[in-house]
Amino acid sequence: MYPRPFHYHRASSLKEAATLLAELGEEARPLAGGQSLIPLMKLRFANPSHLVDLNFIPGLSYVKQDAGTFRFGPLTRHAEVEHSEIAARIPIIHDCAAGIADVQVRNRGTMAGSLAEADPSGDWAPVLLTLETQVCCLGPKGERPVPLAQFIEDAYTTVLDPDELISEIAVKAPPTNSGGAYLGFKRCAPVYPSAAVAVQLTMEDGLCREARIYLAAVGLTPIRASEAEAALAGRPIDPQTTRAAAEAARATADPQPDMRGSADFKRQLIFTLTQRAVDVAARRACGEHVEVSHIYA
Amino acid sequence: MKKNIAININGVEHRAQVEPRLLLVHFLREVAGFTGTHIGCETSLCGACTVLLDGRAVKSCTVLAVQADGRSVTTIEGLAQGNRLHAIQEGFWEEHGLQCGYCTPGMIMCAHDLLERSATPTEQEIRQALDGNLCRCTGYQHIVNSVQAAARKLGKRKATRAVAAD
Ligand SMILES: Cc1cc2nc3c(=O)[nH]c(=O)nc-3n(C[C@H](O)[C@H](O)[C@H](O)COP(=O)(O)OP(=O)(O)OC[C@H]3O[C@@H](n4cnc5c(N)ncnc54)[C@H](O)[C@@H]3O)c2cc1C
Ligand code: FES
Ligand code: FES
Repeated sequence: MYPRPFHYHRASSLKEAATLLAELGEEARPLAGGQSLIPLMKLRFANPSHLVDLNFIPGLSYVKQDAGTFRFGPLTRHAEVEHSEIAARIPIIHDCAAGIADVQVRNRGTMAGSLAEADPSGDWAPVLLTLETQVCCLGPKGERPVPLAQFIEDAYTTVLDPDELISEIAVKAPPTNSGGAYLGFKRCAPVYPSAAVAVQLTMEDGLCREARIYLAAVGLTPIRASEAEAALAGRPIDPQTTRAAAEAARATADPQPDMRGSADFKRQLIFTLTQRAVDVAARRACGEHVEVSHIYA
Repeated sequence: MKKNIAININGVEHRAQVEPRLLLVHFLREVAGFTGTHIGCETSLCGACTVLLDGRAVKSCTVLAVQADGRSVTTIEGLAQGNRLHAIQEGFWEEHGLQCGYCTPGMIMCAHDLLERSATPTEQEIRQALDGNLCRCTGYQHIVNSVQAAARKLGKRKATRAVAAD
């Protein structure tokens, strides 16, 4: 299986990569981990005539915390996040990194590439949407920060111009009384989830002060489950409120039937996953250490 | 549009002029002659093509050869030292970790990635580390046993070396 022929370029800085992309025009694409782009090129669903490889630019792969902000580089790989002690301070981020595909894909694929791809089943977008996340976009004209909620416009569509690159992903540290969880149902490791739920809860005096819930892989983009959030806000997290939130999330999901299952099956997955994720998020918000992973068929 | 590249494979530099669209797995098998790396699905799903790129397991059907330029690649051929098999290979031999052997090079390279990170993995960790690799024959249990045996061997060798160094 070969991609169509293309020209291959290497940039020595992100700025140079953006300039190259501007010069080469709309048929040029940046190459990060290649774990979405190369499979699509082999299937000839993507046929760029130029690739600008970011992998030889030094210093792009990092996880840092400065003051109240976590910073992820434009080439930070899923595996680096998975094994990062800094990233583990936000458990939902660790859940996500450790649950993407398999070791080999995580060793190559990047957080920025995943956001730029905006695959409807991608894991990073729904998870980072439950947190305050800014995507820094760098083009020949300069840098602009875009809130993640505005960054993704549609399936496979972002606000990035063809000559713009993600230069950093900045996540505001959640308060200490906040906890999250990301749970998906997967048929096996090297596939996207059939459905997944990201929950971040902030607790105060035994009540849920704020809930953020996003549904993954059951719509063209991650779906904010506002009614499920409303079912928890201002209330204790108990079996009744959790069930009400899960029912609301099930009603909000908008899945398509495909080889991963019927629409009804996926809605039911959302119901169960929401119940479990809310429970884990609430316990983590109260300081409990809870390990979870996706559920495999 | 061809590119000159130099890839260190199993400790030896291999130079060639390649098309950018050449996949690393084809470079390894067809240009450099390391046919121990297998092609199963060619669609990033089966793990048969797994090699180490700078020490980390990757699916060589999902990496371009030009991306390995100046880097080091380890294939299954690079593990044994002379006639002495690597501990993971010995583990697979002794614990019957293979039947047809098609998945084996990929399994072993992934096990290598795991044991570099974690010397005494639990069964669960071993299963997770190999969950990107498909086997049509063994039912996986013997593969898990093989990796456990390899971990024990590597642990013992390390202890012996430490005693010898004292
Ligand atoms: C077998 C398999 C299973 C997978 N399973 C999952 C899964 O369960 N969950 C999941 O979320 N993902 C999954 N993926 C996808 C994986 O996470 C990809 O790594 C990710 O979606 C894309 O990241 P990448 O670095 O590989 O990007 P690439 O493939 O290199 O690029 C993807 C797109 O983003 C653009 N791009 C890359 N970097 C930048 C940048 N810095 N700025 C602007 N544009 C950029 C590229 O031009 C391209 O259009 C899977 C992939 C495979 C092969
Ligand atoms: S041949 Fe590469 S993953 Fe199957
Ligand atoms: S031994 Fe035959 S595929 Fe694994």
